[in-house]
Amino acid sequence: MKLLNQSLLYISLAFLLIIGIWAIVFYFNLKEEIRDSIDDGLDNNKMLILQKVKVDSTLLLQTEFGGNNFKIKPISKQHALSINDRFKDTLMYRQNESDLEPVRILHSAFEHQDNYYQIKIISSLVEEDDLVEEAFWSVIWLFIILITSIIIINNIVLRKIWKPFYKILNQLKSFRIDRNQLPLRITTNTKEFKQLQQASNALIQHAQKAYTSQKQFTENASHELQTPIAVIVNKLELLLESEKLNEVDAQTIAEVIDIADRLKKLNNSLLLLAKIENKQFLAPQTISLNEVTTTFLSDFKDWAAFKNIEIELKKSGDFNYNMNKALAEILISNLIRNAVFHNIKDGIVEINITEEKFTICNSGISEALDPKMIFNRFVKNPSKSQSTGLGLAICKAICKLYDLELTYHFAINKHCFTIYKKSNSLI
Amino acid sequence: MKILIIEDEIELRETIKQSLLKEEYIVETAADFLSAQEKISIYDYDCILLDIMLPDGSGMDILKELKQMDKSENVIIISAKNSLDDKVSGLELGADDYLTKPFHIAELNARIKAVIRRNNLQGKKHLEIGNILFNIEERTVKINGEAIHLNRKEFDMLSYFLLNKNRLITKTALAEYVWGDHIDQADNFDFIYYQIKNLRKKLKTAQASIAIKTIYGIGYKLVEK
Repeated sequence: MKLLNQSLLYISLAFLLIIGIWAIVFYFNLKEEIRDSIDDGLDNNKMLILQKVKVDSTLLLQTEFGGNNFKIKPISKQHALSINDRFKDTLMYRQNESDLEPVRILHSAFEHQDNYYQIKIISSLVEEDDLVEEAFWSVIWLFIILITSIIIINNIVLRKIWKPFYKILNQLKSFRIDRNQLPLRITTNTKEFKQLQQASNALIQHAQKAYTSQKQFTENASHELQTPIAVIVNKLELLLESEKLNEVDAQTIAEVIDIADRLKKLNNSLLLLAKIENKQFLAPQTISLNEVTTTFLSDFKDWAAFKNIEIELKKSGDFNYNMNKALAEILISNLIRNAVFHNIKDGIVEINITEEKFTICNSGISEALDPKMIFNRFVKNPSKSQSTGLGLAICKAICKLYDLELTYHFAINKHCFTIYKKSNSLI
Repeated sequence: MKILIIEDEIELRETIKQSLLKEEYIVETAADFLSAQEKISIYDYDCILLDIMLPDGSGMDILKELKQMDKSENVIIISAKNSLDDKVSGLELGADDYLTKPFHIAELNARIKAVIRRNNLQGKKHLEIGNILFNIEERTVKINGEAIHLNRKEFDMLSYFLLNKNRLITKTALAEYVWGDHIDQADNFDFIYYQIKNLRKKLKTAQASIAIKTIYGIGYKLVEK
């Protein structure tokens, strides 16, 4: 829920409550006030009638309301003395409205020439249900007007006040740590937003520093490792040539050299990844993946033949793309090597190149790999110790660098990797 | 043949020296920028192995000085940096070759021999071992004066063996040289064996006076019969 709507919701609920209570209090107050003034009027009427009775005794014969608003009935003295002035709400039939309508009635008694009379005076009440309805609608209208104006004020004022906040939010959203971006900048006089900007910038700086030093660390560490590895490999190679070695020792040394070679490859791969991520590869040129594929297939031919793997290459279009040549070669050779390396004996590798995509499928274990994990670093088949677990991570990094899409899917017992040109990746 | 190794890491310097002595070169070494500078200004070398990152200066500056003296064409840069920039600027300054650490000794041997051959004006365009005449530029092989046909990989293998005569070549080093870096994760180098077998057959048929010996589990060695 948006901030704007959320504040609106709370304000509306609060107003509903306040206006509701206010409406009830208002209704009772109003009713009380009306009663009061009607009762005063009835009292006044009574006094006028009593004065009139003194000069015109025919009024005493008015025993029914008829057209007038009072009736008089003779009663015993005792009864008269027991009557106090009393106001009551009651209902009376109204001919014009054919309905019972609420009226206010005054019960009283008086004495005239030693005779006692009871007098009842009525006054029409404001029709209460009308009043309730009227009051209810007024309240509803008040509420609607208030909420509407709050929405408008909220939209105008809050939007204006929160504008710097949304600006920061948008800048943070589009922030990418691997791009060297300028710090966030907004113009505001609001203290809180200034603080938010400062805090965000400090955080970004920290993150960027950590990111850069991590990148540098990988690269520096890999560089520093190259010389010691070179010493190990070369010393062992010299040692292998020693006359004093027996066969078993020589084989052990050869095994250690193989392991040192693996270390070298791992290190080279890490360096390569660091370089791709640091965007140290420039000089893009139009590369034909068809050509690169053909070149590398001949390199892998012997190895594939040894494993009795059949390689099928179908070209139904030219996949040309603007990228660094060395990286294009690494991308394609990694994918081909991967397809041969993880293949089974007498297996198959199918390569399909069209103008828009490059697909390579290979037979292998009859189980799909986890497409979320497969491109991560150091995810590898534990039974294949020669694998560095970085080949596909490098492919992914290269594709990312050049806005290509690299996906994996498993179909009909084949593991397939596809490179798409990104504008077509959704089709 | 005189070779200068400019490398600050003592272990690596000594290992390379030891290996080059086996090839019967005269080997001199320099451990830092100043002594390297001194040596190149006094002596001439047939090949210089130059480390780019030295403790008291950049190997690139040495390369510039060599370029000024017109002596840069026999330099092989050895660097831990596989950076394209260094490679390009190094080669622009006239270096002959660029080798990234770590490397195989056999690879270094082959590169040094190639440099020496290219820069030696009186040098023969071909290698003669026993009854074999090996022309690297024209990519032809003659045994007893008769040309034999080798495919690209067989030729590459044979040249690698010839450049590393009597030296042990591990399977990994051979695979990397012949099939390129991209093969490096090949799970089984035994497929090389089939290529070797074919090469041996051709050598035997032509009655070559060399043989490729298998060192079981390790690699191969080319020996003269």
